[in-house]
This record gives sequence, structure tokens and C-alpha cells, in this order.
Amino acid sequence: MNEPKRMNKEDQTTSPVGNVSELRAGRMNTVGVPAEKSKNFLQSAKRLTRLISDESILVILIFLMAVASVALVVSGPRILGHATDIVFQGLLNRDGTDGIDFARLHRTLAFAIGVYTASYVLAYGQAFLLAGVVQRTMFKLRQDIESKIHRLPLSYIDRHSRGDLLSRVTNDVDNISQSLQQSLSQLVTSMLTIFGVLLMMFIVSPILALVALTVIPLTLLTMGQIAQRSRAKFISQWRYTGQLNGLIEEAFTGHAIVKVFGRQQEVEERFTTINNELFETANSAQFMSGSIQPATMFIGNLNYVAIAVIGGLRVASGSMSLGDVQAFIQYSRQFTHPMTQAASMMNVLQSGVASAERVFELLDAEEQITESGVADSAVTQGQIEFDNVSFSYDPQRPLITNLSFIAEPGTTVAIVGPTGAGKTTLVNLVMRFYELNEGRIVLDGRNIAEMPRSELRSKIGMVLQDTWLFNGTIRENIAYGNPDATDEQIRAAAKATFVDRFVHSLPDGYDTILSGDDGAVSAGEKQLLTIARAFLADPAILILDEATSSVDTRTEVLIQKAMGALRQKRTSFVIAHRLSTIQDADIILVMENGAIVETGSHVELLAARGAYDRLYQSQFTAPVIDLV
Amino acid sequence: MLLHLLQEKLRPYRHLLWIVVVFQAVQSLAGLYLPTLNARIIDRGITQGDTNFIWRVGGLMLLTTLVQVLLSIAAIYFGSRASMAFGRDTRSALFHQVNSFSSREVAHFGAPSLITRITNDVQQVQMLVLTTCTLLLAAPFTAIGGLVLALQQDVNLSWIIVIAIPLVMSILGTVVYKMVPTFRVMQVRIDRINEILREQLSGIRVVRAFVREPQEKVRFQQANQDVAQTALRGGRLMSLMFPTATFIVNVSCVAVVWFGSNRIAAGQMKLGPMVAFLTYLAQILMSVMMATFMAAIWPRAAVSAERIQEVLSTTSSVPIPTHPTPITQTRVDLELRNVDFEYPGAASPVLHNISFKVSAGETLAIIGSTGSGKTTLLNLVARLFDATSGAVLIDGVDITEVAPAELWSRIGLVPQKPYLFSGTVSSNLRYGKQDATEQEMWNALTIAQADSFVREMPGALEAVIAQGGTNVSGGQRQRLAIARALIRQPEIYLFDDSFSALDLSTDAKLRAALTPHLKDSVTLIVGQRVSTIRHANQILVLEDGLVVGLGNHEELRQSCPTYEEIVLSQALQEGDDL
Repeated sequence: MNEPKRMNKEDQTTSPVGNVSELRAGRMNTVGVPAEKSKNFLQSAKRLTRLISDESILVILIFLMAVASVALVVSGPRILGHATDIVFQGLLNRDGTDGIDFARLHRTLAFAIGVYTASYVLAYGQAFLLAGVVQRTMFKLRQDIESKIHRLPLSYIDRHSRGDLLSRVTNDVDNISQSLQQSLSQLVTSMLTIFGVLLMMFIVSPILALVALTVIPLTLLTMGQIAQRSRAKFISQWRYTGQLNGLIEEAFTGHAIVKVFGRQQEVEERFTTINNELFETANSAQFMSGSIQPATMFIGNLNYVAIAVIGGLRVASGSMSLGDVQAFIQYSRQFTHPMTQAASMMNVLQSGVASAERVFELLDAEEQITESGVADSAVTQGQIEFDNVSFSYDPQRPLITNLSFIAEPGTTVAIVGPTGAGKTTLVNLVMRFYELNEGRIVLDGRNIAEMPRSELRSKIGMVLQDTWLFNGTIRENIAYGNPDATDEQIRAAAKATFVDRFVHSLPDGYDTILSGDDGAVSAGEKQLLTIARAFLADPAILILDEATSSVDTRTEVLIQKAMGALRQKRTSFVIAHRLSTIQDADIILVMENGAIVETGSHVELLAARGAYDRLYQSQFTAPVIDLV
Repeated sequence: MLLHLLQEKLRPYRHLLWIVVVFQAVQSLAGLYLPTLNARIIDRGITQGDTNFIWRVGGLMLLTTLVQVLLSIAAIYFGSRASMAFGRDTRSALFHQVNSFSSREVAHFGAPSLITRITNDVQQVQMLVLTTCTLLLAAPFTAIGGLVLALQQDVNLSWIIVIAIPLVMSILGTVVYKMVPTFRVMQVRIDRINEILREQLSGIRVVRAFVREPQEKVRFQQANQDVAQTALRGGRLMSLMFPTATFIVNVSCVAVVWFGSNRIAAGQMKLGPMVAFLTYLAQILMSVMMATFMAAIWPRAAVSAERIQEVLSTTSSVPIPTHPTPITQTRVDLELRNVDFEYPGAASPVLHNISFKVSAGETLAIIGSTGSGKTTLLNLVARLFDATSGAVLIDGVDITEVAPAELWSRIGLVPQKPYLFSGTVSSNLRYGKQDATEQEMWNALTIAQADSFVREMPGALEAVIAQGGTNVSGGQRQRLAIARALIRQPEIYLFDDSFSALDLSTDAKLRAALTPHLKDSVTLIVGQRVSTIRHANQILVLEDGLVVGLGNHEELRQSCPTYEEIVLSQALQEGDDL
């Protein structure tokens, strides 16, 4: 088994679309928004387009329906014009025989209704299908983000504001969805209309068509100028929304502390600062992008005036017929409208792309080292070996250096030492929450770095001090580590870990919903629940991290018993602060400053009169000082 | 709901809105004027070959369009200002309101939903205001202008408009009516997405440890599917709007030609007016389309406004007294008099008939089994909840009569779950005291036995703390939370099982260092180990929310069987002498 030196940064082979440098790490506390980079804008737009075109057949169908619908809509007025001609002819013939040819007129009008109905069906069908494409794409995007979260290294999640990540999934994805839904079909329709009208203009008069054509580069130039500025503002707007979400999330999570420590005013001041920044950028973004439409309309009108004047002069000089000028003016009006519409839709899209950029930024964040190795279904013995392990969170401060020890199957390994000695880090390494800098950890002869993470973790049960339970029933929470568990199994686990007893006193029993911070279940009971959860998961290896601390002594006795039941026939790592609870451990590792300074059983270590003995003496002979 | 919210929050910006209305009116009239000018160029300029006239009217057209663009841009400027200010103010009002809530109201809404309401819901209403200002306000002018001009052409045909417009309106109204419940569900489902993701992020270690990623994915997928489905239903209803509106107006045009031709044949109407009528009908079509655009975003905004109003109209169950009584003493005492507390609708009270009195310099320890109401008791003193009956008195003053800020300035709370905020060690300590000096910080850290590890962290006082304090160990987090309370030098300390994650020697050192600092304060300490609380002046033994014993260690061993039982169980377990 060769074991290459693993450095967290160097071995990264994951990050599918690269551009890791864009990850603005450590942004957490900065109130000011970093200098905006909008060079990714086009990329993001392209990527968004790619995402949508995953449903290429539907997209093509929608496009064709839009083309057909536009063709019908454009031809509608012409048919009506034809109907008018029939009336006009009828008037001319008034003095003659028949007057208006009503049969023909009604046929034409019925045809017009047919055309409008067809265009109605197509337009509705197209929008209906588009809604499906957009929502499915958004579904995929949200799903991608969720899976991404499970591939991110813990350090990324610890470093980033939770509320900001949430904002990307809710606010940003929502914004993309609304932008696409609102603008996409109109954008396509307008573009097609522009094309169609332009074609007609060239047929009527190439020279005036060229005059009209000057509008396009002029419009694009103006739009580009404004868009470039508003784009940066849109990006800021959604960044500030994320920051604000982060602040709100944190303030509400720590709501009680904020109140009791009288920090409401300060929190509100920080809120106001970000809220004002958000207002300013949102205001500029909306103003700038909103100006695109009148600006385009203005250019369109300039063109209209130019055609009226040039056309007028040409008729006056006799080089063009009045009818042609009139038709032309009509077309140029028709031309301006889709132009301004396209412009304003581009503007809506901009905001969406700004959000997309934030979503892609998250999706492109550096991931944990990819899985290597294949799962092995062999029964786990539970032997764990630390072989010359070195690790640090921060390269400047080595934490664990050259640590080696072996935990034999079925034994209990207690880890003691002062806070900050690296006990929890040890657990993080066994769980492979972090990658080693040097050395290897071997489970039953296999390097854990060469095992799929899921395989490794499914062999390990963990009871942490943080009693994290999710919003759901007690039953679901116990079954968390073993979703296929039967009711009997759940109940058995609950009985073995003394959960059953208090669950029975709850009105809803196992269906009691644990939510938020309500007082239905106390801290100690939550702790018991996490033990039951680990019990049901039935792992070969057990990690108990400071798990018996915040409960009353009677519950603690229960927890000790529960833990005892849990530890049977399993390799257990116990991190305990009270030496009394670990005296029967098979090996006790005494850690100081990331290194093991002593190893042995309780009796041996006491006899050695070293660090353990000192710790033991300090705990059991320390004068009990009371708060008087 | 929506109108009420708009009325209230837009009031300060009504002058801006008036400007927008006037500018949009003039702007749309200018838009209507252009074709008239053009007609003049054709009628007089071209037909009479008057080049000067063409140039002159051309210039006038240029001027008109210039005025139009300037007014439009100005209207957008003021419109976006008003709507974004509306958003800002509403967010601010919501945040302020939630800050005034007690823990009960926060739990009632749930943090994820409150977060959605402040950002996402406000965004929906804000968009409605913006669209109204930039698009919709021009619509009535265009529509009315078009209508007047159309009526001038032929009153008899106007029945078509009289039918068409209400028809469009009622169809749009029906769709909107159907969309509202859809979007009501939609916002709740966005809450759910927020909730699941927030849970995953905060419990990421457990999720990974139990290899629950596949199941979490499924759980999220379910919520995601729900959102997507609802959004799809909304989107599909929405896609009905534009084509339907367009269709009705187009059919009206056909009707105009149909019936118009009859009138022409009968000699009641001329061809010119009919063509003009059609043109103006097209104008009306445009404004109907704008109204449709608004109708499309209205339902979601209406639902969001409901949700916003719901928060704004909820008052805190911990009301602020209108005429607060000041506390004059610097050494206060604390008394609970017949205090009851129960959650609304709960079968039995969490606390029942609790009475005790603690003077400055004294310590009251609270012991009792898990779930006996200890934390609730501390929360009542900190006024995170109000007692259902009975009173908490500081210095003889009922705390409901005291300004909350004053009350809290006297309290140092160390909660069971020591929540730290993202920032630095010093920013967290400044939570306790905003203007704390570095010396004060080190003093507090020293007493809390946190100085040595803080000194070793990169940056020491400026070392980064992740949200919730996830980058330090449980014991370190607890000591930082203790230091945060100590730095306040409060008159009342509330330690809620605050030493649980400490090893015994650190615990002992901390208590030794702490004792001199408590001599002027009332100290309430929830404890689990008899050994650490036996010398408290009073020990309150709680069981199922009832006081089963109150006295000192020796007294209780004699008089309180529950206490004696705890003592014995611990003696057995710890193996030391008590």
C-alpha cells in the first residue's frame, strides 16, 4: 500500500469546471462587497443556456412554436388589412352592383379568427412547455447545490455564512427562475419579430432599410454600455441579499443571546448598513437596467423621425412613392416595439444571470478529495491503527505530529487530556472529515484514505456533544442511522438506551415532533436520543465524544449504562473528561499538545506517576470550590 | 393585506410616486403625439412638397421624443427609488419586529420561515411596486388616451370595447384567484427548503458520520419537487394570461371590421374612422398587456404581503412596559413569587408555584432531573419568556415593569448551548460589553480559564470564530461563553449547566477564579453534580416543575428524599466521599 503525501490543496482533482480561484474564501466577516468581477458574466450566461438546453427536444419544439406563433401574429394585421381592402373595394363599387362582398369579407374574417386562434394555441402551448423546462431546470439546479454541499470539505462549510448559502438556493434560484420564465419566451418572440420585420423592410426599400438597420448597432452599443454598468450592480445586489440573509440567519439562531446581551441595537445597526447597501445597489441596478428600455425606445424614435424626414424629402424629390414611405413608417414602428421589448427582457435576464453566477460559484467550489478505492463487504473486525499520523488545520500550527497507536478489535480506547490537546481532532481524522497531512490510518489492514467515505463512516457510530437532531419525529430521529429499521428494532434500541422510558411520558410518544428549541425534550434526553441513534446504526466502531456531560446524574447513570450496552463487542473511542468513567478502558491515551504522552491501563498509568497521574490527582483531590 | 402594506410602507414616498405618475402621463401622451406629427408630415409636408415644413415638424418630433425619453428615465429613477426604498423599509421593519419577539414567537414562525419572509417575500412585493412604477403607471394613460380617441371615431362600435375589456379583466381575475392559493403553498415550500438545508448545514457532521447523504438527498428532493411542482402550476397558470389577453383583443379587432363593415355598408360610418378605431384598439391592447404583466406577479406578491403582515402584526409575548420602573440599587436581590409557567395548550405546567429569594452575594443552585424545568426557570429570570402567573422581582420590582434593556444589562447568561457568533474572539467578547478593553477581555478570559488556548490561537483575540463556534471544541466554546458573561460584570449571573464540557480540573480552577467575582452578585446556577453545588447558600430541588426541596446541603439531606437519592447515586458513581 503506497501512501502518497496528502496535502489538502495539491491533490484536488475534483472541481469539475475549475476556476477555483474565484472562490472568495474567508469572505464571511467582510461587510463590504469585494470588487465585482463581471468577466464571468458571459460564461455564466452560457452555462445557464447549456443547463436549459439539456431538454433540447423540448427547447427546439418551443422555439418552433414561437416561430410559428410570431409568423401568425405578424400575418394577423395583414389579413385584417386585406379585409379592410374588401370593404374599401365595396365602397368603390357602391354605385355599381353589389356593394361590399360580405361573403368574401366574412370568409376572410373567419380566416383571421382561425389564425388568431392558432397563434393563441401556439403561444399558450409554448409558454406552458417553457414553464416545465424552466422549473425542471431549477429543480436540477437546487438538487445540484444540495449534492454539492455533501461534497464540500467541512472547512468550507465552517468558513461560510450559512444564511448566504441558503440565499443562493432560495433567493438566487428563485430569481433565475422568475427571470427565465418572464423573459425567455418574450425575448425569443421579439428577436424573431425583429428579424421578420427587417426582412419586409428590405423588400420594400433597401435604402431606408439600411437607415433602419443603423438602429441595431446603435441599440446594441447603448444596451452594452448600460448593461455593463448595471450588471456589476446586479451582482452586488444579490451578494448583499446573501449577506443580509446570513446576518438574519445568525441573528435569529442566536436570538436569545442577542436579546439578553442587549446587542439588538448593534445587530440592527449592522443590518441597516447591509440593508442600505442593498438598497443603493438594487436601486442603481434597477435604474440603470430600467433605462435600457426608454433608451432603446428613443433610438427607435430617432429612427422613426429620420425615416419620416428622409422619406418625406425623397417623396418631395420624387424618388419614392408615398405609399412606400407610409408602409415603411409602419414597419419602423413595428420594428421599434420588439426592439424595446427585447431590450427590457435582456435587462430582466441580467439579474437572473447575476444570480446564476452566484450559484455557479458555489457549484465550482473546491471539493473534498474524490473517492478512491472500492467498498469491501468483509466483516469489520474493528482494528484501527494510527501510523505516524501528522495533521494540522493551519499549516502554521502543527497540531498532531507523528502519532502512532493501535486499537485492537472490541477494546475501549479512552482519550484523555486537557481541552485543545487534539482529542476531537483525532475523531475528525478517524471519520475522515479532514485529510491527513502525513501518515495513514488503517482499519482492518486497509488505509481509510483508500476506502469510500461512506463505507468507512457506515462502520463507525458517533455520539457527539452537540446533540443535533433534525425536525422530525422521535422515531425518525432514532432511525436516522438505519432508515430501514423496523418499529421493533427502534423500540429495542430505545429500551436499551433508556429512551423508551421518557418517550412514554410524552403525549405523542414516538411520534412527538422535535422542532426548534421548544422544551418538549430536555438536553439530557436529546443526548439519550443520539445514543439510541448510534445504537440502532449498529456500527463496528464507536466514537463517544464528550457525550456524557450535560445531563443530570441520574440520567448520567442511565447514559453510562446505555453506553456500556453500546460499547459491547465494539472498538470504542471514548473522549471523556471525567476519569471515573473511563477507568475500565483497555487502553488510555493521554494527549498533550497533539501528541500522545502516555499509554496504558488505568492502573499502569497511575503507577507510572506521569501526566495521567497528575491529571487524576488534580481531579480527585482538587478542593471542591463552591460558588459562595 | 397587500394594499394595506403598500399604503403603509409607501406613504413616505408618495411624493416620488406622484412624480412618477405625472412623468409617466406626460411621457405616454408624448408617445401618442408622435404619430399625429407624422401624419402632419405626410398630409402637409409630403403632399405639398414643403421641405421646410418636413424639417420643422421633424425637429418637433425629435424634441417630443427627447422629452419622452427624459421623462421616462426620470420616472424610472424615481420609481425604482420608491420601490427599493419600500423594500428596504419593509425588511427593516420586519427585522426590528422579530428582534422584539420573545423566543416563543420565534419558535412559532420558525427561524427559516422568518428568514424567507425578510428576504424572499419582501423581494416579491418590491418587484410588484417596481413593475407598477415602471410599466403599469403608463398603461392607464395609454389606455384612456386610446379609448377617448377610439370613441371619437365611432361611439357605436365602442360596445365591443365594453365587452372585451371586462372580459379580459374577469379572465385575468379568475386566473389570479386560482394562482393565489398556489403561491401561498409555494412560499411555505420555500420555507421548507430553507429549513432542510439549514438543518443539513448545521448538522453536517452528523449527516456525514451516519452516511445519511443519500437519505438527505431524498428528503431534500421531496421538498425540491414540491417547490418545483407548485412553481410549475403557478407558471402554467401564468402562461395562460398573455395569450388569452392577446386573443381577446385580436378577436375584438376582427369584430370591429365585421360590424364596422355592416355600418359602412349601411352608410353610417366611413372607412377612415374604422381604420383609426383599429389603430387605437391596438393601443389599448398594449396597455392591457401591461396590466396582464402585473396580474402575473400580483398573486405571489399578495401572498408574500400576507406573510409579511403576519409577522408585523404579531406582538411579543414579552411586552415592553410603557412606563418602566428604574432599578436603583447596584446590589440587587432576586425573588420569585408563586411563579407558574406553561406553554399555551400544554397539558401540564412546566413550572408550578416556584418561590424563593436570593440576596446579592448569594448563590442559589438548581438541581433536578432532566426535563424538570431548570432551564425554563433561568429563562423566566432573563425574561425570554414571561411567567404565566406569579412574579419575578428584582429589588422588589416586578421585572415586567422594568425596561428590558435595563434588565438585560444586569444579567450575565451562560446558556446550556453556548452559541458563539461568527467573527473573532474579541467580537464575541464584545457581545458582553461593547466597549471592552483588551485588558478586560484578557481578565475575563483568565477567569474563564480560556486565556491559554486563546493565546495559542492564530491571532489570539482576533482569532476567527466560525458561525456557532464550530471551529473550537465544546469545552472551549463553553469557556468563551462564560468569559462573554463575565465581562459584563452583571448583578445577576445565570449559569445554565455551564461547566458541563469542562474537565474536572479546569472546572475546579474556573470555580476558584470565579468565586471572588460573584460576591456582589446574585448567582443562579443549574448544576448536575452535587459535589460542585453543595456549598451553595440555597439549593432548589426541582421535580416535574415542582419544588420538592429548598435549603442548604445538610438540610436537604435530612428533609428531601429526592436530593438524598441524587447524593447517593453520585456518591456511588464518583466513588468519593460526600
